[in-house]
Amino acid sequence: MSDQTATIAPPARMSPLVRTREIVLSSPLVTVGTIILVLVVLSAIFAAWIVPHDPVRLTPSQRLKPPSETYWLGTDAFGRDLFSRIVYGGQISLVVGVAAAIVAVVAGLMLGLLAGYIRWIDAVLMRMVDGLMAIPSILLAIAIVSLWGASLWTVLVAITIPEVPRVVRLVRSLVLSAREEPYVEAAIAAGSPTFLIMRRHLVPNTVAPLIIQGTYICASAILTEAILSFLGAGINPETPSWGNIMAEGRIYFQINPGIVLWPGLVVSVVILSINLLGDAVRDALDPRMAKRGLER
Amino acid sequence: MVGYIVQRILAAIPVMGFVALFVFLLLRLTPGDPAAILAGDTATPEQLEAIRESLGLNDPIFTQFFRWVGQLLQGDFGTSILSGKPVIELIGDRMEPTISLALTTIILSVTIAVPLGVIAAWKQGTLIDRFVMLLSVLGFSVPVFVIGYLMISLFSMELKWFPVQGFRPIGDGVGDFLHRIALPTFTLTLLYIALIARITRTSMLEILGDDYVRTARAKGLPESRVLMRHALRNCSVPIITVIGIGFALIISGVVVTESVFNLPGLGRLTVDAVLSRDYPVIQAVILLASLIYVVINLLIDIAYVLLDPRIRYA
Amino acid sequence: MSLLDIRNLRIALDGVRDADVVKGLDLSIESGQTLCLVGESGSGKSLTALATMGLLPPVLKAIAGSITLKGENLLEASAARLRDLRATSMSMIFQEPMTALNPVARVGQQIEEVLEFHSDLSLSARRSRVKEMMEAVHLPDVDKMYASFPHQLSGGQRQRIMIAMALVMRPQLLIADEPTTALDVTTQAQILSLIRELREDQGAAVLFITHDMGVVSEIADDVTVLKLGEVMETQGVDDLLRRPQTDYTRALLRAVPSQVPRPPRDEQSDEVVLSTNALSKTYSGGGWFTKTREVRAAQDVSFSLPKGRTLGIVGESGSGKTTVARCIMRLIDPTSGTINVGGTDIAMLSQKDLKPQRKKIQIVFQDPMRSLNPRIEIGQSIIEGPLNYGTARDAAMARARELLELVGLPASAVDRFPHQFSGGQRQRIAIARALAMDPDVLVADEAVSALDVSVQAQVLDLLAELQERFGLGILFITHDLGVASQICDDVLVMQNGRVVEYGPAGQVLGSPRQDYTKTLIKAAPGRHWDFANFRPFAEAAE
Repeated sequence: MSDQTATIAPPARMSPLVRTREIVLSSPLVTVGTIILVLVVLSAIFAAWIVPHDPVRLTPSQRLKPPSETYWLGTDAFGRDLFSRIVYGGQISLVVGVAAAIVAVVAGLMLGLLAGYIRWIDAVLMRMVDGLMAIPSILLAIAIVSLWGASLWTVLVAITIPEVPRVVRLVRSLVLSAREEPYVEAAIAAGSPTFLIMRRHLVPNTVAPLIIQGTYICASAILTEAILSFLGAGINPETPSWGNIMAEGRIYFQINPGIVLWPGLVVSVVILSINLLGDAVRDALDPRMAKRGLER
Repeated sequence: MVGYIVQRILAAIPVMGFVALFVFLLLRLTPGDPAAILAGDTATPEQLEAIRESLGLNDPIFTQFFRWVGQLLQGDFGTSILSGKPVIELIGDRMEPTISLALTTIILSVTIAVPLGVIAAWKQGTLIDRFVMLLSVLGFSVPVFVIGYLMISLFSMELKWFPVQGFRPIGDGVGDFLHRIALPTFTLTLLYIALIARITRTSMLEILGDDYVRTARAKGLPESRVLMRHALRNCSVPIITVIGIGFALIISGVVVTESVFNLPGLGRLTVDAVLSRDYPVIQAVILLASLIYVVINLLIDIAYVLLDPRIRYA
Repeated sequence: MSLLDIRNLRIALDGVRDADVVKGLDLSIESGQTLCLVGESGSGKSLTALATMGLLPPVLKAIAGSITLKGENLLEASAARLRDLRATSMSMIFQEPMTALNPVARVGQQIEEVLEFHSDLSLSARRSRVKEMMEAVHLPDVDKMYASFPHQLSGGQRQRIMIAMALVMRPQLLIADEPTTALDVTTQAQILSLIRELREDQGAAVLFITHDMGVVSEIADDVTVLKLGEVMETQGVDDLLRRPQTDYTRALLRAVPSQVPRPPRDEQSDEVVLSTNALSKTYSGGGWFTKTREVRAAQDVSFSLPKGRTLGIVGESGSGKTTVARCIMRLIDPTSGTINVGGTDIAMLSQKDLKPQRKKIQIVFQDPMRSLNPRIEIGQSIIEGPLNYGTARDAAMARARELLELVGLPASAVDRFPHQFSGGQRQRIAIARALAMDPDVLVADEAVSALDVSVQAQVLDLLAELQERFGLGILFITHDLGVASQICDDVLVMQNGRVVEYGPAGQVLGSPRQDYTKTLIKAAPGRHWDFANFRPFAEAAE
């Protein structure tokens, strides 16, 4: 009954390694997804050592071949090996996914903190965010690429910009609700400068949601890149990416559907794995958010 | 209540203003001569000069912006490089397939997704819940065009139930219209089902834990009444909010789906414009799509008034 | 045979061994009687009620025993049978009337719905029955109120709607789970008398769950005291209050703050550490197009607090007492007036000029779960302030250890995290954090309101001890007149943002001049009982 004599509970903290293991093993689907992701990442990094053929060499005599022992998944309209192209295509997708996630999260975090703390910035920034969110992301990306020309950089910028407003909103709402917490008010009363309050009491609250949001952005960026390439507004077809392999295969779909469906399968499975992993991380890091469902 | 509605309408204006500013700056910040971009590669020096004249490129940038907005408000969206026709005319010709596809998709998605979400939340943790969750992750993960091609290879090429591509206006007969719009709708609907089923499930789960749901049960009401009258009714605000936000996704999805199924809509117009770098058309489509998005979300804000008495009597 | 008979009830976390939260509970209620189920948090009192209604959350299961209502074991009843019994034979009202009503349905319809499923009445008959019931719970202007939404009603009106809903089918058993805890004291008194009245009219039995001994003394016939899922004792209310049989009940009663003001302390320092003059805070109405009324949250609040004394600001919700505290802390900016802290007016200072002054005045908040940053060790929380004012880290940490011992915790606790502590312990840590700044003034904003009564008594003792030791001036914000009587030297009563009465505690609480103060005091439950001495005050005077 006395709170003075009540025992103090022992620490209950898990090492990051144990945590990761728990997340990966949280369901068979997540485990399989993680294994697939690791394989895809490794094969993209070590593509040069893995692929049986040069992904860009044209062999007109071998056009649109069905799968065989030499060409595991067949060849495309220029006689290039589909399997090799898909393995190389992973490089673009993964770079785009990871870079977009990091840039969007960092930019969104900083803008969101400003919006959550400084009134006039909030007013202006939130109008801009509303405006950006009103433009369908694919159209925005298309416009940027068609104006600035297709390169890895423009595609990256085009994919990242529409993701930033979502992060800004997330961070802002986290900051606004955390600012109401009595422990933040106690810090204000203790004379802590704004910067210290942000670093100590506000930013740590955003870490878990941002990791989760980052995984979703990664998945969504890979998806957008594939769509852009598919529509012909993506990276130059010289460099294989999953989207432009499919784009090139479209007109031959009725002859050799594999050119569209194989990269389609790969891109779907990769995005699915990232999303499943994101959900598992969310369930583990923030049960409250899991209940609410993260805005996506 | 009137104050609330007026406030929402006024709040939509700066949003549209920012969209216009963004589209404007996008062109101006591009290296090179904006007139050359707008005129295309084949323009004669006279045409270039005429465009420079109409843009008033020597004026201060604000003057240029406001003049451009003034032209937009009068319905002048410029001229297509590819066809030489006014952009507004091109868009008018392409509206019907796009609107048809968007509407069929929303109707089908909501009809399927809301019950799915309700059942998943009610039977939380069961097989059916897991199925709905998996379906929704799939919806977010598989690119629309991949679904489209799977649909084509299964339903058109193998089973021959539906035509591979093409569009018939609803005026030519409802049966034919539905027959041709079915596959594109099925294709696009999965993403939207995923989105709506997910938000329905999460908001239902949250609300099923609320005190008034416990009160409803304590009153001895049957479970169906508790779910529909007390829980789902309170979920309507988050659900229609997501339907509104998801409209941006629909527009993106329509662009892709039209391209897969060769529908002569705005999406195709956009893609063709991208391939030929027909910027006036792209610019107009962005403005139009954003305007539709803003208007729909405005209507949804106003619909809150009907759904939530706390706003109605504020 | 009793109306409700609970025998050897055990409730456990589903699938977890030895995780009983209710451990073999027995109780019974006769028709027309009120049984109070009393206990602190975690005693299992609400779970017992929910088990009776068949509304336990899915993770909890009744694993043994029986709950018999009119000869029928409810634990064996089917879901359909339970639905039939609810509202007709047993019904329940809850703590929070705002969240217990569906926010998007009209309150009349929410009552009418009960009749729709449990009676054969026509719609018009149902409507008139609902209105009759709404009149029976003394709601005004019934026709208009029928069509109102919950947010348009006051807290007391909402609870009346809940009661009308619960009793419209004339059930024999009413379960009331802390029905007045979320209400102001004057509203509480009205709801208690309504429940008494309806119990007599309808001849129903009431199972009344509460943590508040004052409420018990007002409403109970019999009392069952629970502790951690076990029955300590069951007695008639008079016997229980006079002759408690167990140490636990005795301790519980001793911890109840007495309504009689403490004897005044003799010496009074002339040194004023905090004073305000005509302090006001006005929230201006909405934007350009939304017409929100201007809210005068606090108006012309003036007081002074000498060193080493305690000033209580007492009021109901919406009285402006918390607004005053937050203005004084400069967590919000006052609209006008002065706030004098140790000779400096801080009311209008800029954040920069404010910083040196902040040290002198510190605050302890209500919610122990949220007043410490869950992510950092409590030692770090305590030294944050001193570091801001240039204390060396080692010195600050050494002081933090001392302070923890001073508030009754081990010095080694500095590197523990907040979740490892109980609510009362966290409030102690929050007090240590405030003291680390060596303040002249401590503002306690409902600092003991979220705590169980026994823990509350200990924290109050701690505050008194620290005040003695450091000569602190304490500004104590509370809604609880008992707590105010126990520790305040002076009391300031607020209503609707204005000061109603201000003076020495003995005078304001002992012989109030203003009607509002008198109403407040009269509404306080259990004011006739001297719980700590197991007798009514009337007998003490003899």
